[in-house]
Amino acid sequence: MCGIVGLFMKTDRYRSRLGELTAVMLHEMRERGPDSAGFAVYDQGQPGRTRVTVLAERSTPDWGQVAASLEAQLGAAVAVRSIRDHAVFETDGDGRAARQWLIDHGPDVDVLSYGNQIELYKSVGDPDLVASNYDLASRTGTHAIAHTRMATESAITTNGSHPFVTGADTCLVHNGSFSNHNQLRERLVQRGESFQTENDTEVAAAYVSWRLREGDTIDQALQRALVDLDGFYTLAIGIKSGFAILRDPISCKPAVVAETDDWVAMSSEYRAIAQLPDVVHAEVFEPEPSRIYTWSLAS
Amino acid sequence: MSIVVDLETSTLRELNAALHAADSGDFSVVNPRGAHAVAAGINTSIAVTVEGSVGYYCAGMHQAGRVLVQGNASTGLAENIMSGEVRITGSATMSAGATGHGGLLVIEGNSGARCGISMKGVDIVVGGNVGHMSAFMAQAGSLVVLGDAAADLGDSIYEANVFVRGDVASLGADCIEKEMRPDHIATLANLLSAAAMDADPADFRRFGSARQLYNFHVDDIDAEVAAR
Repeated sequence: MCGIVGLFMKTDRYRSRLGELTAVMLHEMRERGPDSAGFAVYDQGQPGRTRVTVLAERSTPDWGQVAASLEAQLGAAVAVRSIRDHAVFETDGDGRAARQWLIDHGPDVDVLSYGNQIELYKSVGDPDLVASNYDLASRTGTHAIAHTRMATESAITTNGSHPFVTGADTCLVHNGSFSNHNQLRERLVQRGESFQTENDTEVAAAYVSWRLREGDTIDQALQRALVDLDGFYTLAIGIKSGFAILRDPISCKPAVVAETDDWVAMSSEYRAIAQLPDVVHAEVFEPEPSRIYTWSLAS
Repeated sequence: MSIVVDLETSTLRELNAALHAADSGDFSVVNPRGAHAVAAGINTSIAVTVEGSVGYYCAGMHQAGRVLVQGNASTGLAENIMSGEVRITGSATMSAGATGHGGLLVIEGNSGARCGISMKGVDIVVGGNVGHMSAFMAQAGSLVVLGDAAADLGDSIYEANVFVRGDVASLGADCIEKEMRPDHIATLANLLSAAAMDADPADFRRFGSARQLYNFHVDDIDAEVAAR
């Protein structure tokens, strides 16, 4: 099972309600994935500013002190705000260096996401609780993707929860299972990717990261994924200024898209979309197999 | 005067229990909001109108009466329909009419992948297009498509008839185009009329089984032995 939702605000009209509407959608997908949940929210960011979301599952760091150390390292101001076991670091300094420092020197933390626009939260437990614990409903912005997980391929852990980051401002959620993930993981390790879990989706995320690092566009990376990823999948990929959808050639795993002048929504089931504003006037369709769909503010 | 059931205030079980308890009458279902199993298992000649879109397995195991959905439907619309009629004004996603034994399913919009998979006697009329692998392993009944059919139409088909007015992306294993004889024209005309679809039977092509997968072929003996 597993449930996916994605919501992209084409206009300003509902951006102040992004989190609230995403939480409504996520709630409807609870039954598809009651064991863990996660969400990534995007706003338009501030030029030159990087945000790094980290998770401290095994420790309770003094975030102020971590920020001070990071500040000394970067030679630039660092702001930090925490919510439960997650913290978001923001800096106008070298964002890549900030991310690497947190990976290498952060006090037993996992870097969940980094980029100019993205923040990412995930946890085990009831999706509604995850949404309220990390304050999804009050968040504003341009787009969000979220996931409810019913674990099949690996253990129920926060690190096994989706979304998985695939690069700056890029992350991925998945409904389905990959059958060649062990082999692909070995290939990717040889190419310098590292893994935190035995999870199959993490392999797909690493695959996309690798392709993006090699210079592919998101479209090119997903075209290759169609060849190299074997299994059943509907993927939603959060990208800078938008999101993308890809389904495997057989398309057993469900997906539905609805679009109005103001928003585009995708989900595993229509009931997640049914309560969005003006949904009666939405164009509703099922994404075709093997076809890459993208919606972006840029295009 | 129809009986209105509001799914915002009633549960799905209350709705379906009321439908199963009725011998006759008209029902309207409002605020379905993509709920699953709406109007499943109707067994008497009631008429149910659903005002909005539904989720999985709407009108599944339909036995009698009529279900009209004014909206879209998700996976497994009218799955295993036995008789009676199910119609939707919008589109259906995958596996519409799967394993249906009889009755009539009309989809005014498009149907997704595997429409009529393993159909066993149901007649399905689709106003728009059908997705890939439609009529997969279809055994009996007719699938009528006024629009186009996506890849692998009629893969491993048995004795069902497939009529397509538009383009066919590709045919699946053992599915071939067949002659439209007068009895097929007559069957198709009846189906179009029953579905209230305005189309000329002469514009359709017919597809069916080449019957090459039915029997053991001695040429395949090597593959058979190798597989042991």
